[in-house]
Amino acid sequence: MSTLGKITRRTFLGLGAAAAGGLAVGYYFYQTPHANPLEDNASAGDAIFNPYVFVSAAGAITIITPRAEMGQGVQTTLAALVAEELEVTLDQIAVDHGPASSAYYNEAVMVDGGPFASFDQSLLANTARETMAVASKFIGIQVTGGSSATIDAFDKMRRAGAAARMVLIQAAAQTWNIPAENVSAQHGHLINKTTGERLPYGDVAELAAKLPPPEDVILKKPEDWKLLGKPQKRVEIVEKVTGAPIFGIDVELPEMRHATVRMSPHFGVGARTHDATAALEVPGVEKVIPLQTQYGSGFAVIATNTWAAFQGAEALDVVWQDATYPTNNDAMTPLFDRALEEDASFTLGSTGEPDEVWRNTPPNRQLEVTYEVPYVAHATMEPMNATAQWRENELHIWSPNQAPTIIQGVCAGHFDMKTDQIKVHTTYMGGGFGRRMEADFSLFAAIIGQHTNGRPVKVTWTREEDTRHDMYRPRAKARYRGTLSDDGHLTALDVAVAVPPLIKNTLARTFPGLPVAGPDKLLLEGAYDQPLTVPDRRYAAHVVDLPIPIGFWRSVGNSYNGFFHESFLDEAAHKAGKDPLHFRLDLMNDNEHAPAKRVLLKVAEMADWGAPMPEGKGKGLAHTLSFGTWVAQVVQVDTSQQQVRIEKVWCAADPGLVLDPANFKAQLISGAIFGLSQALGQEITFTDGAVDQGNLYDFDAMRMHQSPTFEVALLETSPRMGGAGEPGTPPAPAALANAIFAATGKRLRTMPLSKHIDFT
Amino acid sequence: MKLTVNGTEHEVDADPNMPLLWLLRDLLNIKGPKFGCGVGACGACTVLIDGYPVRSCSYFAGDVDAPITTIEGLAGKDALHPVQDAWIRHGVPQCGYCQAGQILAAVALLQDTPNPTDDDIDAAMTNLCRCGTYPMIRAAIKDVANSDGGGL
Repeated sequence: MSTLGKITRRTFLGLGAAAAGGLAVGYYFYQTPHANPLEDNASAGDAIFNPYVFVSAAGAITIITPRAEMGQGVQTTLAALVAEELEVTLDQIAVDHGPASSAYYNEAVMVDGGPFASFDQSLLANTARETMAVASKFIGIQVTGGSSATIDAFDKMRRAGAAARMVLIQAAAQTWNIPAENVSAQHGHLINKTTGERLPYGDVAELAAKLPPPEDVILKKPEDWKLLGKPQKRVEIVEKVTGAPIFGIDVELPEMRHATVRMSPHFGVGARTHDATAALEVPGVEKVIPLQTQYGSGFAVIATNTWAAFQGAEALDVVWQDATYPTNNDAMTPLFDRALEEDASFTLGSTGEPDEVWRNTPPNRQLEVTYEVPYVAHATMEPMNATAQWRENELHIWSPNQAPTIIQGVCAGHFDMKTDQIKVHTTYMGGGFGRRMEADFSLFAAIIGQHTNGRPVKVTWTREEDTRHDMYRPRAKARYRGTLSDDGHLTALDVAVAVPPLIKNTLARTFPGLPVAGPDKLLLEGAYDQPLTVPDRRYAAHVVDLPIPIGFWRSVGNSYNGFFHESFLDEAAHKAGKDPLHFRLDLMNDNEHAPAKRVLLKVAEMADWGAPMPEGKGKGLAHTLSFGTWVAQVVQVDTSQQQVRIEKVWCAADPGLVLDPANFKAQLISGAIFGLSQALGQEITFTDGAVDQGNLYDFDAMRMHQSPTFEVALLETSPRMGGAGEPGTPPAPAALANAIFAATGKRLRTMPLSKHIDFT
Repeated sequence: MKLTVNGTEHEVDADPNMPLLWLLRDLLNIKGPKFGCGVGACGACTVLIDGYPVRSCSYFAGDVDAPITTIEGLAGKDALHPVQDAWIRHGVPQCGYCQAGQILAAVALLQDTPNPTDDDIDAAMTNLCRCGTYPMIRAAIKDVANSDGGGL
């Protein structure tokens, strides 16, 4: 095994994600490119330039954007990366998600998988990033998540566009028999600079695609960009305002059957007894079949239409086995309390002697508080669904999903097939937020598809199934201790977070049998990796073993650590008698913290921070660095009426580089509303082992009448490129709680905040 | 039963207790109205019956006694509806799943109230959007209201 292979394997283990046997194959394999998946799926006459660009015989240009469009605008921005270099506009091309393939592996999502702050430029942190980049290629996971898509694609996809442009120019030069320097590419045409003659790309595409790809690809300078850095119209916007059938739930195939599932409400167990007589009597119901998977056990009802399947599932008479875990919320609470009393499972980013500082600080300058968040569901607008059909030895799955190669892996494992026998057709999705990283709904459809005599079957979950069988954002409880100097600076910070283990829980169902090692940084992200110059500090995870399925929920660990950390800094500032803005700025003294200071000062200016407020109104501030993007928010509330109204949110963000300002702002607003929605009442609780909530009447999200107005500013000073989809979420709940404190003097430390105060 | 959807008359053999949503989606293959909750709480399934917004997941197909307009029937032959155009101008849709319902709710609001106040918008636009496009929806509605001739 090569040295790099060894390092990769060892470091990857040490970094705590998963150990994959495939990592030991060495450097040669790393240097070998993944096969181009378009070659297998080509139509006659297609000119295939690389995995991202092909031109049909008729001259139509298609750009493959292999990240899932779930609302974040990724297909438009990724297409623009290619189009910019290819010298075409977005209305000249078609965009397609493309097939599931390791060629579309996501490097950026793994590069920052190590336990380092995104601004950490130490040798260790950078070595880890390089190692993870190598590992990502070995593992070859095509995934949309971690706000990583544009970062991952920024070079790759511009290079793909430029390489295609260069061979097109060369082919035109050959056709005209002139030097390549005399040919330029503009707006989908090749131009003979001497004669002014023009050829559409399609005319030379076949020849061009056969030429060897250029060794040195020259990318345009940012000042020459025509598309990047400017707002683009979404490539799919007309479909989305005309009701086009683009979502997974809209899939319609000849002879298709409809189905739904009714899974055990108790996780990890199945039915004790069941009687399908009444279900089978529902007109339109054809079959009831059992399901048994690592995602849960239960039944599927196959019918001629969705409504019949829903009625059949309801009519199914089942007695479920008892849950094997603490069956209600109150019984779970002691697990979190006890975990905090026990030794930490691991610590990250710790330095100095916070205990000693605590002991040596007088009680009046000590602050100890606890915070809590509940389990929460993703509640995507489009409930989980997928369509499957078995054709000979191939399994076809039409799935609104964020991780097609994971679907292949999970189904290959279940059916003992090769991954290339599983064809995943990724549709548009009605929201993802991390829920659609999971393969459960696709696997269920594939299993049900074995019972429809070769006919396709679309499996649609009810909202109740969707709510009660999520992979939830975990419940968490944190104890924060801090000490203040006599002049009001934070001198020590001691953070302990009790939370179930995200990576372990996820891998157990996604890659069963794969060992897990090392610290799970997701448990502490949003705390240990924040810009803070405090000499003595500790960030400790206290892992709570609870078998409730948990997973990736927009911003993951940042979603709760952002609330804890930024609430605590606000509390500490008030205890120190300092303004929360200046208290924070005083704690950000490293050069690497500069973007944090800039977004804080910017948002303070926008919100007129510090100006006197009318009685009953208040502003709260929070800042979280997540997914490489620095986000400061000020929330203003009006508490003068009976119910609290969230009036306005100001937001300043620095992702280093903005590829589409309109879309980036929309994502920050979307992220903030997602975060604020938690505060308004989102909570998943348990009774007798089952989730209490079932539908939007007991698990809702922010509505129009509750939505604040927004003002957003974007800075581009950060040295590394950051993501868009998630960073707006983490600071919002803390900024809201801090605003409520400013307005009322009431400190709310437990989510949802609506348990303690009424909102409009 | 007979139903007129987007100007076309359909003869459908269905249980009158079937929710209109599933009749449209599964029997007539009209996929614009979306399934979100099944209890009338999210509005993704909104259609217009005789111009009024109705949550089709909670409306018996047998109770329909007037022509239905779904998102597919909103645009004219050569041009989109002004509300659809405003949605594009303001870049409203993100995931887009709720937007057919949002657009139809906005059309109904603007037909009834050509120059809606913020309170009117709050009261009429009760559909859920998980992407949080509310500020863009509000701006697009006001844009239509302020355009030449006011409203629709």
